[in-house]
Amino acid sequence: METMTGAKALMTAMEKEGVKQVFGLPGGANLPMYDEFARCDIRHILTRHEQSAAHMADGFGRVSRKPGVCFATSGPGATNILTGIATAQADSSPMIAVTGQVPVSMIGKDAFQESDIIGMANPVVKYAFQPRTAGEIPEVVKKGFFIAESGRPGPVLIDIPKDVQQNEAPMNFPDEFKIQGYHPWADPDIVNVEKAIDMLLHAEKPIILAGGGTIISSAFAELQSIAETLMLPVVTTFKGKGAFPENHPLSLGPIGMHGHAEANKMMSEADCVLAIGTRFSDRSVGTFEAFEKRLKIIHMDVDPAEIGKNQTAQIAVIGDVRVNLRVMVKLLLQRVIKKSEESPWVKHVKETKSYWKENLKLHPGEMGAAKILRKLREILPKEAVVTTEVGQHQMWASLFYDVIQPGTFFSSTGLGTMGWGFPAAIGAKVARPDVPVVDIAGDGSFAMTENSLATAVLEDIPVIVFVLNNSTLGMVAQWQRTFYDRRMIGVDQKSCPDYVKLAESYGAQGIRAQSMDELDKAIRTAISSDVATVIDIPIDPEEDVLPFVAPGTSLADMILPS
Amino acid sequence: MWAILSILVENKPGILFKVTHLFRSRNFNIDSISVGITENPDYSKMTITTYGDEKQIEQIVKQLDKMIDTVKVEHLDEHKTVFRELSIFKIKLSNANDSMEINKLANAYGGKVHDVKKDSIMVELTATPDQIKAFEELAKPFGIIDVARTGVAALQRSGV
Repeated sequence: METMTGAKALMTAMEKEGVKQVFGLPGGANLPMYDEFARCDIRHILTRHEQSAAHMADGFGRVSRKPGVCFATSGPGATNILTGIATAQADSSPMIAVTGQVPVSMIGKDAFQESDIIGMANPVVKYAFQPRTAGEIPEVVKKGFFIAESGRPGPVLIDIPKDVQQNEAPMNFPDEFKIQGYHPWADPDIVNVEKAIDMLLHAEKPIILAGGGTIISSAFAELQSIAETLMLPVVTTFKGKGAFPENHPLSLGPIGMHGHAEANKMMSEADCVLAIGTRFSDRSVGTFEAFEKRLKIIHMDVDPAEIGKNQTAQIAVIGDVRVNLRVMVKLLLQRVIKKSEESPWVKHVKETKSYWKENLKLHPGEMGAAKILRKLREILPKEAVVTTEVGQHQMWASLFYDVIQPGTFFSSTGLGTMGWGFPAAIGAKVARPDVPVVDIAGDGSFAMTENSLATAVLEDIPVIVFVLNNSTLGMVAQWQRTFYDRRMIGVDQKSCPDYVKLAESYGAQGIRAQSMDELDKAIRTAISSDVATVIDIPIDPEEDVLPFVAPGTSLADMILPS
Repeated sequence: MWAILSILVENKPGILFKVTHLFRSRNFNIDSISVGITENPDYSKMTITTYGDEKQIEQIVKQLDKMIDTVKVEHLDEHKTVFRELSIFKIKLSNANDSMEINKLANAYGGKVHDVKKDSIMVELTATPDQIKAFEELAKPFGIIDVARTGVAALQRSGV
């Protein structure tokens, strides 16, 4: 056993886990760890705010499916990453957050930059460790990575007191370990998968609802095979957007508050749903009662606590959804089930889909949201990765940016964290430097983490920020127009700052696009550019996101463009 | 419905906090809680009683089970379980007969009498929460000065 400091053991253990980079910001209580960057191969990517470091780690984790790592110091550094941790937890994203802490002897003394981050983070982490001796660190890291990426992924916090980083101990880096109360995997559930097939075969109007779990477990091929074999139309949740190619004839797109009209309509008419890796969030299904009243639900999820939490399932299949979907594919093959003829239901679904494709009223102007996002889709290669911020632009992206290659679209869907998309895009680009990465943004959200431009420029991570700029906190404005009699309070951004100049001040490229021609050129310039680019696209501040299912109503009650 | 949950946890600092925090953040209620070390010092056992409909109790059990620090979570059937709570009552003595009356009452409930003073008496009672409630009702007319309860401890009977 080699004797080394806790800080050195942390870096060594992370290298053993395959960590290539850490997003973070140094401070007094994590300096011993920072000093180790001078002596190891792990790249440090400096951020201008700890929250952004966490979002970068999150974006990296979602794209690579390996935990992204972020570092922050104690006290305010630690509280600053809390929003990032909570975002990762809400969207089941694997992450390791390492915070410095005041020395063990100072804990509880209200020391300078002391915060009880373990206590604060408890409800928003999958697990939290606070090693009190240096010798614990190798096992803590090993367990932390395992917990973060196994089962339903999530963020793990490792809070290390400064003296524990500094102290030396003989270090044992274990290959094996035991976590008695943690059982992330279940065996394939052949019995219930068989029952699910029978239920789907006997249903008149069956449908698939693919959630974020489908993307996390990369069950794309299995999902497509089942949909095609059983001729099942596929809707997704917003988090599941792009689990199924959105140009596929059976694809209806996301359901929900701003779901596609055809998806909400068909979800409302279906009599049986195969729900894969979804927690039936209120934003997806509307009122819980209206949803489960009509439907037979087959619920597949890796997390047993999701079964029955929001919706009562007739059949529950617990375990990794990819594993159980593979079982389903195999059973369908064995039973030689293949539907070749279109049922009246599938015909109806296709008719409904083409009706809405032609008849959904869009903004009449040249620079309407739909036209802008369809232009982006037209130019971007299908393997390009897209993240979004939170607000109107996010929902327009859901409606009008079709994901062709599964697993190339990511958003803060659960916590709805404004400012997530840009740093997450930086993390995504680190994971996939070979493809264009675009943050579809609004001016309000981009303002929250725009200082990550410094990171993108200085660390040479050329992402594209695609700002639909209505100079307004647009989604709030839409609710004020719709529910508060047009009393517009606290939403006007007054075109401040000028994002082109802002980008230039960081050494990034700023381009304003005021027509479709300019937009076309701007996107092509950005893709071929080796520096981060902000495309600022002024749009109509009065444009609403429609359709809209008002909170507390059911998917059948959509507000449509008049 | 009233439910008794038996939760075996690793005997580490901070776990009581996490369990109670889970109840708070998931909008569940704790009716009573008792914690003690088991015969194996690596584990503690928590007994939590709570209220909720069947779906809520099922959800509480699942959320507790999901916690990495919990080793085993059981929803005990109260008809197949021995469950008891310790309570101590301090009761006012106003009349000459009160002491004798309270002694009789304590005996009837299998309680023990302590700390007999001129104007107060203490009764220690180990019983089910319902029995403790019943005793409390009968003691009320004398005047209850103070009461302390431990929360329920429970074990499932063998062979059921």
